[in-house]
Amino acid sequence: MDTTHFEEIFEAKLARNEMIEPKDWMPDNYRKHLIRQISQHAHSEVVGMLPEGNWITRAPSLRAKKILLAKVQDEGGHGLYLYTAAETLGISRDELIDQLLTGVAKYSSIFNYPTLTWADIGAIGWLVDGAAIMNQVMLQRTSYGPYARAMVRICKEESFHQRQGYEIMTMMARGTPEQRAMAQDAVNRWWWPTLMMFGPPDAESPNSANAIKWKIKRESNDQLRQRFVNQTLPQGELIGLTFPDKGLTWNEEKQGYDFTAPDWAEFKNVISGNGPCNRERLAMRRRAHDEGRWVREAAQAYAAKNKRYQAVA
Amino acid sequence: MEAIKDSQGAVWEVFIQAKPGQPYRHVGNVHAFDKEMAMQNARDVYTRRGEGTAIWVVPSNYIVASSPEDIGSFFDPANDKVYRHPTFYTLPEGVQHI
Ligand SMILES: [Fe+2]
Ligand SMILES: [Fe+2]
Repeated sequence: MDTTHFEEIFEAKLARNEMIEPKDWMPDNYRKHLIRQISQHAHSEVVGMLPEGNWITRAPSLRAKKILLAKVQDEGGHGLYLYTAAETLGISRDELIDQLLTGVAKYSSIFNYPTLTWADIGAIGWLVDGAAIMNQVMLQRTSYGPYARAMVRICKEESFHQRQGYEIMTMMARGTPEQRAMAQDAVNRWWWPTLMMFGPPDAESPNSANAIKWKIKRESNDQLRQRFVNQTLPQGELIGLTFPDKGLTWNEEKQGYDFTAPDWAEFKNVISGNGPCNRERLAMRRRAHDEGRWVREAAQAYAAKNKRYQAVA
Repeated sequence: MEAIKDSQGAVWEVFIQAKPGQPYRHVGNVHAFDKEMAMQNARDVYTRRGEGTAIWVVPSNYIVASSPEDIGSFFDPANDKVYRHPTFYTLPEGVQHI
């Protein structure tokens, strides 16, 4: 089939900043790139429920518990929005789940770190959701319609996630010396993995060029990381928390902070399955999926039975 | 009993009316095995913050969509009928309420 005509229409749409919709013709590699990116994003939302879920039963107050429950429920919803966006590209939910459970698909490396104290819940909301929001705000203008629309919904919901985390950190930073120390320890542990969330440096990011060309991403990994650092440092200073980087200095010329790059060898190691919690996270997801099987089967049997009754009536 | 294949259920499109009197708008979709489940899932996934007062759910395979390839010829009949718009008409100076 001659696709040059279709390719021209596709390119022209991108040039006019029009969105590509599910039934539009698109290059195979654009489709593949999107399926990979959107499904990784969906898996991250779903696996991301685990480190926080770890603290729901031990939240320090009923208020804190209700907030954390609502946040974790939102993350499950984000996973759903993203799975349905990926499905519009011609892959089924079952295949997507299967790719996660068999380890074929990746999810964000950040969720392979443990949540050791309540302050980690604060640090996740403030730093991890903060970094995710930075990326997701950009993706509201991504070139694939269903992905962009999912991002608009997600960004609306995310705004409380970061605030509730920062509130926890503020309370602890202004609390007893033990609480302060706990908050500082959480920042020390989450700072580097958070910087890794934006992905490898532009020069070493294999998928970046296509993502920018196809307007899937509008800004590069390094640009987003820099903006995150600029925005987060004053927030830490305000509540008297420091960051574990001796190289942090204001650079008047670039109107931003200089900072040390995270340990990319650690990043690669975690991505390839050897982080502190990779095995535990996947085992937990598999168990949840297997233990839910009877529910899915019962629902199918019930729907089939009702159909039979309706046919008779 | 026949073996049941593991499944996440069929896809249902979700439409929400934000306020009474407003049109229903497509917001996304859910997976469900029947209409009750589709309705509950739509409520849980799409209206956690008062986004709507009413919901429609429709099995996705019942949606018929125009295809982008013949968008030109499909909408063509409307393109040369400018007289369907009020701005087409010449009216005398000073006329009111029309
Ligand atoms: Fe999220
Ligand atoms: Fe979040």
